[in-house]
Amino acid sequence: MGQSRWSKLRQTEAANGLLMISPTAIYALLLLAAPLGTIILYSFLTDGYLEIIRTFTFANYIEAWTNELYRSVMIRSLGVSMAVTAVTVLLAFPIAYFVSFHVAPSKKSLWLFLITIPFWTSYLIRVFLWKVILGYNGVINSGLLGLGVIEEPLTFILYNVNSVVITLAHAYAPFAILPIFVALEKIDRSLLEAGQDLGESKFMTFLRVTLPLAMPGVIASVLIVFIPTIGDYVTPQLLGGPEGRMVANLIQLQYLKLDNYPLGSAIAVSAMVIVTIVSLVFVGLNRRYLRGPK
Amino acid sequence: MKGGWFKVYAIVYLVFLYAPIILLPMFAFNDATIISFPLTGFSTRWFEEMLDKPALSLAVKNSLFIAVTSSILATTLGVFAARASTRYRFPMKAGLMGLIMLPLVLPEIIVAVSLLVVLLGLGVSLSLWTVILGHVLICTPFCIAILSSAFQSLDQSLEEAAYDLGESAASTFRLIILPLVMPGIISSLLISFTISLDEFIIAFFLAGTEPTLPVYIFSQFRFPQAVPVIMALGTVLVCLSIVLLTIAEYFRRRGIAKAGGKDTGGFL
Amino acid sequence: MTEKPTMIAFQDVQKYYGDYHALRGITATIREGEFFSLLGPSGCGKTTLLRTIAGFEGISSGAVMIDGRNMEGVPANQRPTNMVFQSYAIFPHLSVGENVGFGLRRAGLSKAEMASRVGEALDMVGLKDYGDRAAHALSGGQRQRVALARALILKPKVLLLDEPLSALDKKMREQMQVELIRLQRQVGITFILVTHDQEEALVMSDRIAVMFEGEIAQLADPETLYRRPNSRKVANFIGTMNFLPAHILGESGGQIEVEAKGFGNLTLAAEQAPGAASGEGASVGFRPETLTILFEGQVASDREAMAVIEEVVYFGDMTYYDVKLDGSDAPVRISMRNVFGRPVLDIGMRTRVAWSPGALVLFR
Repeated sequence: MGQSRWSKLRQTEAANGLLMISPTAIYALLLLAAPLGTIILYSFLTDGYLEIIRTFTFANYIEAWTNELYRSVMIRSLGVSMAVTAVTVLLAFPIAYFVSFHVAPSKKSLWLFLITIPFWTSYLIRVFLWKVILGYNGVINSGLLGLGVIEEPLTFILYNVNSVVITLAHAYAPFAILPIFVALEKIDRSLLEAGQDLGESKFMTFLRVTLPLAMPGVIASVLIVFIPTIGDYVTPQLLGGPEGRMVANLIQLQYLKLDNYPLGSAIAVSAMVIVTIVSLVFVGLNRRYLRGPK
Repeated sequence: MKGGWFKVYAIVYLVFLYAPIILLPMFAFNDATIISFPLTGFSTRWFEEMLDKPALSLAVKNSLFIAVTSSILATTLGVFAARASTRYRFPMKAGLMGLIMLPLVLPEIIVAVSLLVVLLGLGVSLSLWTVILGHVLICTPFCIAILSSAFQSLDQSLEEAAYDLGESAASTFRLIILPLVMPGIISSLLISFTISLDEFIIAFFLAGTEPTLPVYIFSQFRFPQAVPVIMALGTVLVCLSIVLLTIAEYFRRRGIAKAGGKDTGGFL
Repeated sequence: MTEKPTMIAFQDVQKYYGDYHALRGITATIREGEFFSLLGPSGCGKTTLLRTIAGFEGISSGAVMIDGRNMEGVPANQRPTNMVFQSYAIFPHLSVGENVGFGLRRAGLSKAEMASRVGEALDMVGLKDYGDRAAHALSGGQRQRVALARALILKPKVLLLDEPLSALDKKMREQMQVELIRLQRQVGITFILVTHDQEEALVMSDRIAVMFEGEIAQLADPETLYRRPNSRKVANFIGTMNFLPAHILGESGGQIEVEAKGFGNLTLAAEQAPGAASGEGASVGFRPETLTILFEGQVASDREAMAVIEEVVYFGDMTYYDVKLDGSDAPVRISMRNVFGRPVLDIGMRTRVAWSPGALVLFR
């Protein structure tokens, strides 16, 4: 009794694998690949009064990059997310180190739990609360005024880039902490002891052993913070003020208010390209740290 | 030097993390319409007002519906993809997986506008279901990450043993695979639920006339007198999240004990 | 003694993984009720061959027959075989009893029947009363017994064991070897064991197939494999063997004349090297225990030679001597049981060495 060629084919690993992944793959193709393709397409078309004119053009990209306002928003978004990433990751590393190396194993999940609780609240409400904290009559100002440290409320802490950076740094803190923590946990403690046994001071052991081994976690952390922050909408909208607008606000404006899909698409695609380039450059520069054990 | 300074830093850091959250109950119970210091007095009227807003309850219902549906769909799609990627080799695997996981590195606004453009172009009207479409897109990668790890830790010889003992592919899945990846499935459902519940941008672009909870909250920020109610709402949400998380953690630990594994510390 | 009927037959079984030729024409039979081992280094194809019996691997050409039936197209869950996996594959979310009774789920037994059969199976492997224990809380040896009970409860025609003892420590391993032999005799079915440990194979098996690189190098009972390995590779894999260079002088009347350095001229049975031509180079091999050092007053039972002791390794119950026979260029290792009262010899001493040509093996 032989087997038909069809049933033999059906049994192959490749066929089974493709079949198994097909629901998810088809979903992604229809609802992600196709739409992304569409906006890339739109970015090369022109905006008519009530509809899109199908003539191929680079005009949207030229507009996006030559227009002072648009260009400055995009550059600012890049700058803000780089600043947020730097601040967040730098502040996150000591905490991750603390929990990994200075907390008893039984207490570690408790600390992680404590660190993540604030993030189980609504992001919107958290952003609003920062507005409350940083505002003219807000917590900081009324507190400092009451203590007599300042005589007039501080104005530089709200409705500009500073407030955006502070709020986003707060929002993305646990995303930064966790990858670093995981990488630090993976480090074989006997390597550190070996470093010290070979004569290094604790600090030098940290620089020469711990830090390089934690690098993959740091890199993951950087990407996890950088990529979403550049496209954040809510924080700049609520407390960026006119100087703090970022690229997502611009895109929303073009799409929903000005109904200019081609220009909005061009800006969106430009933003994606910037993110990809910066990420690739960053990962490329750090290639040597990524070669280690995963 | 080490221990002491780190602990101080950790405490300061935690204060920074909790600062906004502490304000929530403070102003939720504060008897004033303006959110600022000094506090004026204790009152529960904002909570009472919160329960009396039909727009709010509608938004909550919508969000729950979207979150439950999205988490179920995303987890289902995640099971298929995770199983396929951990167990089979097939052509275009890297490409397909890359596409499916793409939303992880794509700013949400891009997902939102691209879906909007296509849906409007096809003449589909915006509704809760269009939001679900978007949420499933962004939740599935998280589900896959969790489920892949669950499927990986499944010893393949367990499946072969079940076959060897006479079971079919379907009954093996039901009796052996499913129970053993159940903790992963539950995590996946919870994570997707949480992501969907709090998600703003996609809902903002794709919800049409029916708001979700975050969209509702956003719309209220324009009205200063509506803000204390939002504080009350926020407090309730925080408490609910903590309860949910604690329950999830409890089940996670129980699941590990049942299968005889070791606790590696936390959901994530 | 009449030979038992064939249970498993391989007919020129070939298997490719893409370009990699994993099984290169395996032809062999395994008898009913045998304790049979597939022995070889990692990568030789023994586990692959086992899995083709179980049905977890298909074959590219040839045939695998179980009890006279060609297994082509028969999936693993319908074959009359059951397997004990290397990792034991105990279902962690079920109890010991639920694990053991797992295969009986579809047999439609009443609860009482099921419980009694599970009890029987557990009793057979020495795990009586373990039925309600959680499966994940067992030790390695206990898991293995559960795996055995789970497989045997279904009364398969063949039990397949994939390196079942490799995960256990030495003491446990020795205990389980005895257990497995006892179990096999009690149950009476064919056991097929895959192992890379030659000692294990020698201890437990009725016959062994030694495999290298996808082929069966030699298939024989343990004694034949040990005393008459058919190649240097097999000889080296099973135990240790010494080799001295030799060359063939000629063949006549069923016997071969060989000259070997240190041994002088030898007459060996012709089956050792069929069709040998005069002048051909060869090696003569012998196991360490086949040469004996003669002490004062001892007489050689067959042949004798002089040798110099070059190295002494004391092992407690044995001593290994590296000796160089007069006329040969390299030392060979011989082993002597340490008998109370007999001295351990020193390096540099000259001694007489006794041996018998029948213990020598000729390799081309």
